Order: sequence, then structure tokens, then C-alpha cells
Amino acid sequence: MHMLSIKNLQAGLEDKPILKGINLEIKAGEVHAIMGPNGSGKSTLASVLAGRQNFEVTAGSVDFLGKDLLDMAPEERAREGIFLAFQYPVEIPGVSTTNFIKAAVNETRKHRGLEALDAVGFLKMMKEKMKLVQIDQSLLSRSLNEGFSGGEKKRNEIFQMAMLEPKLAILDETDSGLDIDALRIVANGVNQYRNKDNSFLLVTHYQRLLDYIVPDFVHVLYNGRIVKSGTKELALELEEKGYDFIKSEWALAGE
Amino acid sequence: MQESINHITELHESLPGDSLSDFSDRAFKDFNQLGIPKAKHEEWRYVKVSSLFRKDLTYPLHDSGLTIEDLQDHLLPDHDQATTIFFINGIYAPALSMVNHAQDELVLLPLSVAAASTEYADKVKSTLGQSTPYHPDGIHALNAAFSSKGIFIAVPPGKTLARPVYIYQVSDSRKGYTLSQPRTLVHVGAGSSIHLATTYATLGHESFTNEVTEVLVEKDASVYYYKIQDEGAKAHHVGTTSIRQIGKSLTNAVTISLSGGLVRNNLDMIMEAEYGESHMYGLYLLNGNTLVDNHTIVDNAKPHCLSNELYKGILDGHSTGVFNGKIFVRKDAQKTNAYQSNKNILLGDHATVNTKPQLEIFADDVKCSHGCTVGRPDDDALFYLRSRGISEKNARSLLLHAYAVDILDKIQLPALRAHVDELISERLEFNF
Repeated sequence: MHMLSIKNLQAGLEDKPILKGINLEIKAGEVHAIMGPNGSGKSTLASVLAGRQNFEVTAGSVDFLGKDLLDMAPEERAREGIFLAFQYPVEIPGVSTTNFIKAAVNETRKHRGLEALDAVGFLKMMKEKMKLVQIDQSLLSRSLNEGFSGGEKKRNEIFQMAMLEPKLAILDETDSGLDIDALRIVANGVNQYRNKDNSFLLVTHYQRLLDYIVPDFVHVLYNGRIVKSGTKELALELEEKGYDFIKSEWALAGE
Repeated sequence: MQESINHITELHESLPGDSLSDFSDRAFKDFNQLGIPKAKHEEWRYVKVSSLFRKDLTYPLHDSGLTIEDLQDHLLPDHDQATTIFFINGIYAPALSMVNHAQDELVLLPLSVAAASTEYADKVKSTLGQSTPYHPDGIHALNAAFSSKGIFIAVPPGKTLARPVYIYQVSDSRKGYTLSQPRTLVHVGAGSSIHLATTYATLGHESFTNEVTEVLVEKDASVYYYKIQDEGAKAHHVGTTSIRQIGKSLTNAVTISLSGGLVRNNLDMIMEAEYGESHMYGLYLLNGNTLVDNHTIVDNAKPHCLSNELYKGILDGHSTGVFNGKIFVRKDAQKTNAYQSNKNILLGDHATVNTKPQLEIFADDVKCSHGCTVGRPDDDALFYLRSRGISEKNARSLLLHAYAVDILDKIQLPALRAHVDELISERLEFNF
């Protein structure tokens, strides 16, 4: 069964079209990578799927586990099992990371028909998931992302993912700004969470991340469309030849 | 308006003479000359104070017989540990009040008694009326004209008060619309430290409190002043707090306004000694038709002083916020550091905020800055929270509470901070 089915998705910012007809199917347990040059629409796709409201969807449909995803508010999508790891996690002074995650976990559990976790149950779960991304307790008692380093922010995103147990996690340039050690930790967290029921959509500019999180499929997004799909070897080919070869192929095809 | 003024005039004429008669008679003359400020008066543009002097305004200058049981719902946390001072309708109520400090730590006297005593007469004289030059208007003079019902608090030198002092301003308006005019004088001796919190309650109908508090701070002393306003939509208020630092000292003022009708808070920091430091923080969380006008003055007369000011507002419904921040840096006040910031979040289309910095700088080697913002809850932050499954309503509460926490953290009495946090959380429906 398809987990996510995107058909002819078109979306833009104000009057400027960015996504010009995306088609993509993701099954449970699959890891897909979306690559592409800057400005091709990768992050827009991630944002539209998570429900960021400044993008306007002008055509197409997105089906998520039999439901119309585009019809749902961002919080409903999250509760149904969509998770977006932000490229730029927002700093929110005054909101404690722990309180925030507790609110998120319990609202999501309520939606899924589970009882709210009490303080003890929540702490136990936190401890378990903290190990996954080697995140420190002291970080979680601070204000949300405030003054976190780039690596700490990304680890916090993966930590939140592990806490919320989504079905489909969308990682928007999670590798950007990470040094090699942080990248390994983040990738390791993702790999531990990977199983036959969970799917991933990795949005990335570089092949580097895919050395650590090996995808089942690779798609190249260019100018608002998926212009090439393949397996992980496609990522290596891109790394070798650069995006120019896609651009010239595309130009030859008459666009 | 004239009927209520006639009523007040009769009452003033019937006041028995006491040690403060000269002061209050002079003030009453000023009141007659200056009159109630009109709307065209620049300082009173937004607070139409003359509309409060209605025909049905009464000015009860007698004990209304309230007991502490009547006031249970209005007590601050740790009430039993603090020195607690009650005013009923602007009149000091010794029967309800309780000093919880040693005699050599804190002196509490009726103002007229202190003014007549050999020990405190000079201190009263040096402080009483220190705020008048900054407020040349009839409403300020009117309070002074009835100041004999006020109190005098003195902290002798070298005393760090571990327990706070709470002042309760109660309007007993069960029989109708009342005027209250409390007056408080505080003298903080050299090297001493005090936490002073004032809170307000209106019982019954509508009330109008016209309050003046004057604080004199000596060398090496610290004053922590908290003003907590949450007495309902029909409580009107004009209050002036004037803190004068005559030696190198520290003051920290936090003004929290959560409800009210027409509310004007004047806060003056008069910095008359080198190396003084003063901090002024404010939070106004308004809805309905509430209007809160915070007028602040920092007057730097001497070099090397630091003042820092941060006022934050969250406005909903048809509420109005006003911020006016005056900073004077006089010719001799070189190396002054003065910072001012006013930030606002408007939640509704009908809420308004008027903000105005007013800096007058006559020294050439100073650092002064000011800024103001008016905005909405941050969309990126809202989306981030919602993308984690948090409802829009809860996400908003989280953000607004976080915005207020800045100011909340300036309340250095933990129990009082928790109490105010509870009030704010309830209002913002914040329960995490």
C-alpha cells in the first residue's frame, strides 16, 4: 500500500509557481531522496507537505494513508504521522524544550487514542530517545533552540522525530551545516528509527548524507519537476557530473 | 464634572487641621488653579481623566468596616509572612495591617503622625512632594490635598529586609462609585534593601484610585518595587510612583497590568547621584475596553548612571495601550547609559497601541537608545509548534506566555512571581 501518493502537485509563492507538477509514490518502509540544484523547489515540496501556509497549492493532490493531506491543518498532519525536520529550526526564547515536546507528544498521543504520558513515563521515554541522537539533558532544559549550535539544532530535530514516532519523516537539508561527526550522529539516529513501517523523504543538495542513510530511490528535482528517478547510483552519478548534466539534458529535451 | 468637584471641595474644607495642613492646603490651591487635565493636554491625550469625575462619584473619607475575611480572595501569596498594609478607600487602615518586621528594621506610621514627630519630620519634609515638579497637573495636586490619610514607611540604615512589604489598595465600592486617594512615603536608609509590592482590589461596583507613592533611596540601598494591577474592568486608576536616588543605589520596578478601566501609571526615576542604577519593567496584558497608559520618566542629573527600561504589551479585544518614555540627561550627566524598549503584540483588529519615546539629552558623552515594535505572534514560530502536533490555540498560548516570561522573571520574590505567572497563564489559557 502507498503511504504517500503525490499527483501533479503544483504550488507557488504569491504568483510565482515553484512546483510545476510533482508525481511521487512512497511505500511503507522506503527511503526516498530528493536531490536537485538550489532553487529547484526541494524545500518548497517539504514545506507544502508539512502544511506551511504561505505556499499556495494551485493543482494536484496528496494522499497520505488514504486521507487528503492537503485538507489538513499542520497539527493534524503531524498527529496523523507526518514529521518535518526543519532546515532552519526556529529559535523560541521562553519556551522550554521539554515542555514543548511534552505538549507535542501528548497532543499527538491523544489524537492516536493513547493516554497522555505522566511525568515519569515521559521522562523514561525522553531518556531512551536522547541516547538515539546523543543529546544532552542540559540542552533540553533550555529554551527551544535558543543559542543552540547548528549541530545541536539538527540533533534536536531528530530527537523530536524519535519522540513523536511519525510514519513519514521529511528531512529538509538535515545535513546542511553539519560537520562529519554530527552528520554521523544524526544519520545514526535516523537509521535506528528506520524499519519496515516507517518511511523517509530526504531532501538534500549533496550526496554526502546518502553515504550514511542509504536510500532506496533517488529523484532529481529540477525547475519544479522530478526530471530523473533512479536508485542510489543516481546520486553518485550526480556527485560526479554535477547538476549541470541534468540541466543540459533537460535543455536538449527542449525545455 | 462640577458637582463632583463641589463635593470634593466641601470635603477638603471639612478636613481637621493637622501637621500636613499647610502642604495639603497649598496643594488644594494648585488643584483649583490647574483643574482636572483636559483631553487637549498632551500628557493626557489618551486618558480622558475628566470623564471619571462624574456626578455619582463619592469620596468616602471614613472607615467602611471591612474585615480581613472580606479580603481573603485578594491576598498575595505568603501574606502571613510579609508586613501587610491596608488602605481602604485610600485611607490607611491600621486595624487590618500587620507589621512582620522587627522594630529596628521597619517603621510604619500614619503620615500625619510621622510629620509631627521629632524623629521623622525632616525625612517626611525631604520626600513629601518630590514628585510634584514632574507632574504639574490638577489630578496630582488633588491627591496631595488629601495626603494626611497616608502612611510613612522608614527602613533604618543597614537593614536588608528578608520579608517583603505588601500594600493593599482596596476600594470598597459596594454602595456605588468611589474615589480613593492613597498616599505613601517610603524612606530607605543607606545600605538597606526592601521588596515592596502594591496590589489593588475593588469590591462591588466601580472605583477610581488616584495614588501617589514617593520613595527616597539613600546611598548603597536597593529598592525592588512591584505594582500588580488586576482589579477588574471597572477599576480606574491614576498612579504615580516616584523613586528618587540621592546616593549611588539600585532600583528595580516591575509594573504588571492585567485588567482595569482607564489606567494611567506614572513611574519616575529621579537619579540625583553618580553611579546610580535603575531598571523599569512593564507587562500589560489587556482585553475588553481596558486602556493602560504607562508614562515613565528617567531624570539623569549626575554622571555615570545606568537606566534600563523594557515594557511589553499583549493587546486583544478593543483594548488600548499607551507607552510614553521620557529620558532627561542633564548637562552634568556625562557617561549616562540609558536604554529604552517598548514591544507590543496586537492580537485583534480592534486593539490599539500608541508608543512614544521622548529623549531630551543635554550632555554630549552619553549612550542612549530607544526602540519600539508592534507586531503579531511570529508565523514561523507558530508553524514550527503546529508542525509538531500542537494545536494553533496552544501554540499561540505557548508563544505569548514565552513573550511575557521576560518580564515575569524580573519579579524577584519567587512566591509573587509564581502568583503573577498563574494569573497570566490563566488569561492566556496556558497549561503545560
